[in-house]
Amino acid sequence: MAILSKKDSKLILDPLADNNPITIQVLGICSALAITAELKASIVMALSVVFVMGLGNVVISLLRNVIPSKIRIIVQLVVVAALVIVVDQVLKAYAYTLSKTLAVFVGLIITNCIIMGRFEAFALGNGVKRSFLDGIGNAAGYGIILIIVGFFRELLGSGTLLGYAVLGNPIEKTGLYAIGYENNGFMLLSPMALIVVGILIWVQRSRNPALIEEN
Amino acid sequence: MNKENNLYTVLFACAMVIVVGTILAYLASALSGKIKENERFEKQQNILYAMGVNENEDEGSVNFVPTDVVEQEFTTYITKQLVIEGDKITENDEAYLIDLKKELDKLKNGATPKLPVYVGDKDGETYYIVPMYGKGLWDAIWGFMALDKNMVVQGVYFDHKAETPGLGANIKQRYFMDDFTGESILNGSNYTGIKVIKGNNDPVNNIKDDNEVDALAGATITGNGVSAMISKTVTLYKDYFESIRTQ
Repeated sequence: MAILSKKDSKLILDPLADNNPITIQVLGICSALAITAELKASIVMALSVVFVMGLGNVVISLLRNVIPSKIRIIVQLVVVAALVIVVDQVLKAYAYTLSKTLAVFVGLIITNCIIMGRFEAFALGNGVKRSFLDGIGNAAGYGIILIIVGFFRELLGSGTLLGYAVLGNPIEKTGLYAIGYENNGFMLLSPMALIVVGILIWVQRSRNPALIEEN
Repeated sequence: MNKENNLYTVLFACAMVIVVGTILAYLASALSGKIKENERFEKQQNILYAMGVNENEDEGSVNFVPTDVVEQEFTTYITKQLVIEGDKITENDEAYLIDLKKELDKLKNGATPKLPVYVGDKDGETYYIVPMYGKGLWDAIWGFMALDKNMVVQGVYFDHKAETPGLGANIKQRYFMDDFTGESILNGSNYTGIKVIKGNNDPVNNIKDDNEVDALAGATITGNGVSAMISKTVTLYKDYFESIRTQ
């Protein structure tokens, strides 16, 4: 990354792995389990959050010197909510089908604690460029986990990926199903998202012992 | 000015509300025409979809008639739009604009709702299409059901506001909606509707005369919502259905 200094590129790369918002900070768990039953929904949510968080961090960072600290949380909420509503309305007018797909996510984006967390922890105290990078980086870190969880849940739960039957047809018993494989219906239920996230945390920590807290 | 000052805080809050409010209000009024039009087209597309006028290509796709021709197709295929208000049935070309949610609210207040029926004609077959509205797990679900004169379902379309993606949201998938085709809302001469049932040992819905379709895994409440929505609709339209059947 030649265009970004080492410090700046750390803002993007850190949240992808060693400071991941889901697996390390354990934020944004609610949406991670709500919408990861399908890979497509995970990808849509990941992209929406990248957009809202990048833009939201910029807005908060621009306003950081005028926001009164007593009502800063309210201001942050208003900024996220307004951004999401603007996007929703514009999509409804000019990309109606896409807006139907996204409708479910609107509420989940507004209440995503990672967004508020980054506004509060980073954008309020840093410049516009750095805040933008931090927003994109954290949203991407969140998105990657969502996509990994969505991949396993859809593959093992429904035997499909992005809606395509990759393991054969479970009813006509073709492909893998011919040798007795069955879909695991449990994977479609929310608790399994937490178990998948748990396994990811386990893998990540065993590869990098520096992440394990001292008791 | 001191940022921690109460006056500053209050002024900031007021300014923020005015700015954000203005932007959102402007946006809403500027786009409302376009949004309303999109919603109207969508309703026409959904009604046509239920009676089998769509551009589905393979087994999995849900493709509506394109928006640029939907109005024309709608007038071609929908021959009559009726409004049932108590015992009175009137023809009304704008019946499809009736908001079923508001009409059902009237019912709660003891008033008589206006219930729309769309009579369609395709390849010489007559379809009676009724709108449905109900509750899923998180929010509203709705849809359209096309029946023939023997009260056998010829096609349905379901949609939802905020069901869980991958679970309840799958009520608008082909494999769920297609299961309803061929089921009857009649059991003998009782209007029972169609139930979404877990574990009826009929995953591809080969048994068409049981008033049951197989439920979606992980979406019990949404499935129950669909059953309740169909049974509510059937109860509301019972007299009209009976008059068609015994014609």
